[in-house]
Amino acid sequence: MSGKKSDFVKFEQVDKSYDGKELVVKGLDLDIAEGEFLTLLGPSGSGKTTTLMMLAGFETPTNGEIYFDGNPINNIPPHKRGIGMVFQNYALFPHLSVFENLAFPLKVRKIDKAEIEERINKTLKMVSLTGFENRMPAQLSGGQQQRVAVARALVFDPKLVLMDEPLGALDKNLRESMQYELKHIHETLGVTVVYVTHDQGEALTMSNRIAVFNDGKVQQLSGPNELYETPVNSFVASFIGENNTFTGTVKELASGAAKVETSTGEIIMANPIAVSSAGEKSRISLRPERVNINPTEQIENRFEAEIKEIIYHGDHTRVRVNLLGNDDFILKVPNASSNLKLNLGDKVNLGWSSQDCRALDY
Amino acid sequence: MSAEIRTSDGELLSVKLRKVERRRRTTAFLLAAPLLFFIVFAYVIPIFQMLGRSVDNVQMNEFLGNTHNVMQEWDGTEMPGEDVTSTFFYELKGLVAEKNHGKIATRLNYEKGGFTSLIKKTARKLNDFDENGNFLDQFIDTHKKWGDIEYWLALKRGTDAYHFRKYLTTFDYEQKFDGSIERIPEKKRINVTLWLRTIFVAAGVTFCCFLLAYPISHLLSVLPTRYSNLLMICVLLPFWTSLLVRTSSWMVLLQKQGVLNDTLVSLGIVADEGRLELMYNMTGTFIAMTQILLPFMVLPLYSVMKTIPPSLMRAATSMGATPFLAFRKIYFPLTYAGISAGSILVFVLSIGYYITPALVGGAKGTLISNRIAYHMQQSLDWSLATAMAAVLLVAVLIVYWLYNKIVGIDNMRLG
Repeated sequence: MSGKKSDFVKFEQVDKSYDGKELVVKGLDLDIAEGEFLTLLGPSGSGKTTTLMMLAGFETPTNGEIYFDGNPINNIPPHKRGIGMVFQNYALFPHLSVFENLAFPLKVRKIDKAEIEERINKTLKMVSLTGFENRMPAQLSGGQQQRVAVARALVFDPKLVLMDEPLGALDKNLRESMQYELKHIHETLGVTVVYVTHDQGEALTMSNRIAVFNDGKVQQLSGPNELYETPVNSFVASFIGENNTFTGTVKELASGAAKVETSTGEIIMANPIAVSSAGEKSRISLRPERVNINPTEQIENRFEAEIKEIIYHGDHTRVRVNLLGNDDFILKVPNASSNLKLNLGDKVNLGWSSQDCRALDY
Repeated sequence: MSAEIRTSDGELLSVKLRKVERRRRTTAFLLAAPLLFFIVFAYVIPIFQMLGRSVDNVQMNEFLGNTHNVMQEWDGTEMPGEDVTSTFFYELKGLVAEKNHGKIATRLNYEKGGFTSLIKKTARKLNDFDENGNFLDQFIDTHKKWGDIEYWLALKRGTDAYHFRKYLTTFDYEQKFDGSIERIPEKKRINVTLWLRTIFVAAGVTFCCFLLAYPISHLLSVLPTRYSNLLMICVLLPFWTSLLVRTSSWMVLLQKQGVLNDTLVSLGIVADEGRLELMYNMTGTFIAMTQILLPFMVLPLYSVMKTIPPSLMRAATSMGATPFLAFRKIYFPLTYAGISAGSILVFVLSIGYYITPALVGGAKGTLISNRIAYHMQQSLDWSLATAMAAVLLVAVLIVYWLYNKIVGIDNMRLG
């Protein structure tokens, strides 16, 4: 990404409060690089939408400054920011046809008729809606409306496009295909996208980087891969993907390894991420797919568990076991390993490496 | 031709479906029945009776039926012959005996002024008539007006079973006895002025209501519920007060020695001698009607505005439209349904408004409805009153028709 700014959008110490009592966004520092697809991910009320609205100009930061392409934009009204936006419920103008909806941002910019038509045709082609020019929004399906909304946000060639849970109202299959479509549009155009969602699958599939929000703060900002594999705290670990946890106390802390004693008195060898000294309480996080069943090789952690529940999921089977007093320990077993015979009540040996087992904050 | 579809027990699907649906339809009808009967008996039938009364003259035709029949032969170019006068004499005598001559006197007086005294005087002297003598001469002896052919023409015309002359009067026209239709003398013209004034006031009040209601409704639709409820109560407060009380309080406010004038004088804005004439003229009618009809504009506007998602305006501004442009191109067009529903409601209500103009309007601020009331209560010319009411009804129907053409009645939303 040479020649592209790494701080195309910059949040600097931004606070936001609606009622003067509580901060919805706390001291936000965030750099968004030019051309990247950045997702703000978090549960509802975590401040992600407020952050997006401040960037769009519909909310004013209570404190701090936002820069867009090097310029402070706190005092620039939304219509002068030149930022495209896709809204949660599409916000298509119901009294205008698809063509007129797309022409709106162009007419506002006083672009001549021939070019308007050309740009609209090009954009509609991109979202595969050629031929729908004269339809009214109410005559379109949810997915088509969503595409029109995306096309409308892109048709005036903004440098930055904001998307506020644009796929939230679609059904699962459509949502997945739209995810790929949006990703391809982003790759083709190279436009910077800031995307808000509470759906972690969506975030992992589409983004270059993900900022996980909770409690008005960015908990972790990294690529989807790292976010899943190396969460830095227990909120991120539990929010992204499935997660088995144990709580315990750190007994011994050496470089790269910690001995953690669980409430049942067992010792787990873990990878110390957010613990700094012996005696600290810690929450241990372990992804279900990182657990081996009846491991044959040498492995640091090996315990016996009892199968409590088996749920068939098509491509894999989820097995709930009781392990070290944790009754909700989940295993994901690929259905290809058909040699494995699992029955309710069976005892199995489970093992995992200390690298995959992360000792996080309590 | 599609094949007949049958249910699994062999019945025709369409028949079976009708059977199943019948119960539901019956229930629906029974639920609507009270309202239906009410509308038919309290609304449709009275309206048709009213429309009938504006052209109905059957009673006169019955009272003087023979005279009327005989008069059909008379061409009206010269004084009627003895066949007419004698028939009229005997019929009038019969009416006097039954004490019904007063009724025909009033009716005939609408056709030609002076008939009341003419009939009354003649009635007193009927017994002095010599039944073998010339009736016309004796009539003229009784009262010289009988020598004027127009009274006989009025008698002929006034005994038709049906006539449409009241509709001419409604628009300040009259039919001469030679059948030509002319405007009445300028000094007597009043109805057209009132019609125009009524339409002007109705349109003006509608416009004022729109100007006042639009911002309020918008505010109502965007405020958080607890504030919007409070504001809604303020808007609806007038609904909970009697119309008469509200109009009277406007009288207290607007009169020359009233609250508003007193305040202006004490603030030195208006001199004591120059107190504003806010009442007993159009100004008073305008102010009071606008206030009273305001909720009818606010409610439809509010209900439409409530359905416009705020994200539309945000979307428009995010695309580079100034707030004003976003309002004009997006928000305003989306409120058309509310504007038209509110406008038609206020316009139709004000076109027939009665109490307020009667109390605060004075002579210069009265509307057509006050004229109708005058004819119902004072002049007792019910035919004219109902003819005017019928014209009013048609005017309203035309407004609805136009509304349906332009907006479509299905788009109407009323709160």
